[in-house]
Amino acid sequence: MLGEGILKGLAETAKNFAGSFVSKERLTTVEYPEDRIPTFEAARVFPFLVYDARNPGDENDWEAGLRCVACQICEKECPPKCIFIDKSKDKKPDALGKQQFYPTRFDIDVSVCMSCQICVEVCPFEAIKMDNEFELSTTDRFGGLLHDRRQLAKSNEYYHKIHPTEAAEVDARLAEEKAKADAKARAAADAAAKAAAAAKPAGGGE
Amino acid sequence: MSNLPVDEAIDPLTVTGRPDGWNRPPLIEPDGEGELLEVAMGPHHPSTHGVFRMDVALDGERVIRLKPVFGYLHRNHEKIAEGISYLASMPYTDRLDYICPLTNNWAYALAVEKLTGQEVPERAEYLRVILGELTRFQNHASSIGFLIQEMGASGTPLMYAFREREKILDLFEELTGARMMCNYMRFGGCRVDPTAAWLDKTRKVVAGLYGFTEEVDRLLSGNEILMARTQGVGILRPELAVNAGVTGPMLRASGVNYDIRKVDGYSIYNRFSFKVPLGDHWDVYDRYMIRLLEMRESIKILEQALKDIPGGPVMDPKAKIRGFRPKPGEAYGRIEAPKGELGFYLISDGGPNPYRYRVRPPSLINLTVLEDMALGANMADVVLIFGSVDIVLGEVDR
Repeated sequence: MLGEGILKGLAETAKNFAGSFVSKERLTTVEYPEDRIPTFEAARVFPFLVYDARNPGDENDWEAGLRCVACQICEKECPPKCIFIDKSKDKKPDALGKQQFYPTRFDIDVSVCMSCQICVEVCPFEAIKMDNEFELSTTDRFGGLLHDRRQLAKSNEYYHKIHPTEAAEVDARLAEEKAKADAKARAAADAAAKAAAAAKPAGGGE
Repeated sequence: MSNLPVDEAIDPLTVTGRPDGWNRPPLIEPDGEGELLEVAMGPHHPSTHGVFRMDVALDGERVIRLKPVFGYLHRNHEKIAEGISYLASMPYTDRLDYICPLTNNWAYALAVEKLTGQEVPERAEYLRVILGELTRFQNHASSIGFLIQEMGASGTPLMYAFREREKILDLFEELTGARMMCNYMRFGGCRVDPTAAWLDKTRKVVAGLYGFTEEVDRLLSGNEILMARTQGVGILRPELAVNAGVTGPMLRASGVNYDIRKVDGYSIYNRFSFKVPLGDHWDVYDRYMIRLLEMRESIKILEQALKDIPGGPVMDPKAKIRGFRPKPGEAYGRIEAPKGELGFYLISDGGPNPYRYRVRPPSLINLTVLEDMALGANMADVVLIFGSVDIVLGEVDR
């Protein structure tokens, strides 16, 4: 019969129409910005620099605790080249107590960044991670879109808040590294002490 | 492969794909009196899939000549890729065919793996198949939706398709962190290991997909208006399809049995049992039907892959993702992307960047036969024929 297919199709739409009153699953619209869907833990939008809070309350705490050592790997690997880093002339101690360079300038251009997270993957120091904040629009076309290191610096606590699983893994890895470095330092100190102790009697025997 | 005697079948009178294009005399003689009307469709025609222009010459309602104009979305992808490292090109491939980023990742990863001789762990291969087939499903679902929308049925089928696509995109987001710009595959595996919860969620979603194909079938396949509009429209003869290098559902709708998953046997596709649907009328309706049937075959593959997925690493532990220099040489990695054969051709001169980086986009090559399908058709059918090619301009212009 001509029109049978159309009627069959209309029955399908009627089923969907009626279904949207019964089944909550069919109501797919969310009234953003009043209602928000929680983002997935893996969601990534824009990178930020992780710092370890050392003396909370100190205004320059973020600068002292930045994990970034200005190795510039992310700047080199960034596909659209939106990271700009200036390396410091002097060094300061990092979380492991090692003397390291630090970035005097670390800018990321929001308008160019394509949220690919290659910088996160190539960073050997766990210093740059992805944020899930997506409301980044601004009325300032030039300065407002170039985020400097103050704007990019966020604490490790914040990282734990947005990516709990990943941050726990990173912390475990860093703690292991620190333990290894401590053990090495202790072994070196012991060896030095032993050598000194060994050298003393020898020297005394002369 | 098909049994068609491809070379003997070229009859100069029936094959219309000549390189001189626009300047050649019209193949269909205008009948009656009066002048031809030239219409520039696009570059912002709402029902075209992006910035694309067709210069159409009309005799009344009939199309006498049609010249596609490409290049509005050219982004210099290939030249950029030659100046940056192998890894840094990976996120750019997401933006080729932005409806199916994961298959683009896959083809590029395959090409680099061939170049460097890297192995991919078993779990990663299974994951690639699962993600590839999910991508194929959502691509075909939305392409059917768009096709029907181009016929004037604004909304309903497309909305149903997008409802289903949303579930799949949620899976992508949970795993890769992004809905469309996934940047997930790496040379020698995949970036992150999915949790057991993600796999369970995927099984649940896949179990619901068959119902969607049934729904589309009931909604559209028997619809008399759809049949009247699409049957016998936009016929692409198999000889022309083969000679023009058309691939994917377009080629199979023309009755040529050529699926790279079967003929090339890349990845682990030889472990799964699935069929390759073929068309026998070579028209727009066949292209719609092929996509519907392929969606069902994808579900079969997904079910098998999700059942068998083994444990283990998703990344070859020896693989380096950055700072490697492949030996001088060349490699071509190709896969059956949802739109056809997607290939990446790489030449290495031993440096950290590819010396030459070439993309073989299925959309562009499938689009070259547009004029041959549209000649003699009505103006309103041109949009429909164009929709049945299933293109994404990000891939056409690169």
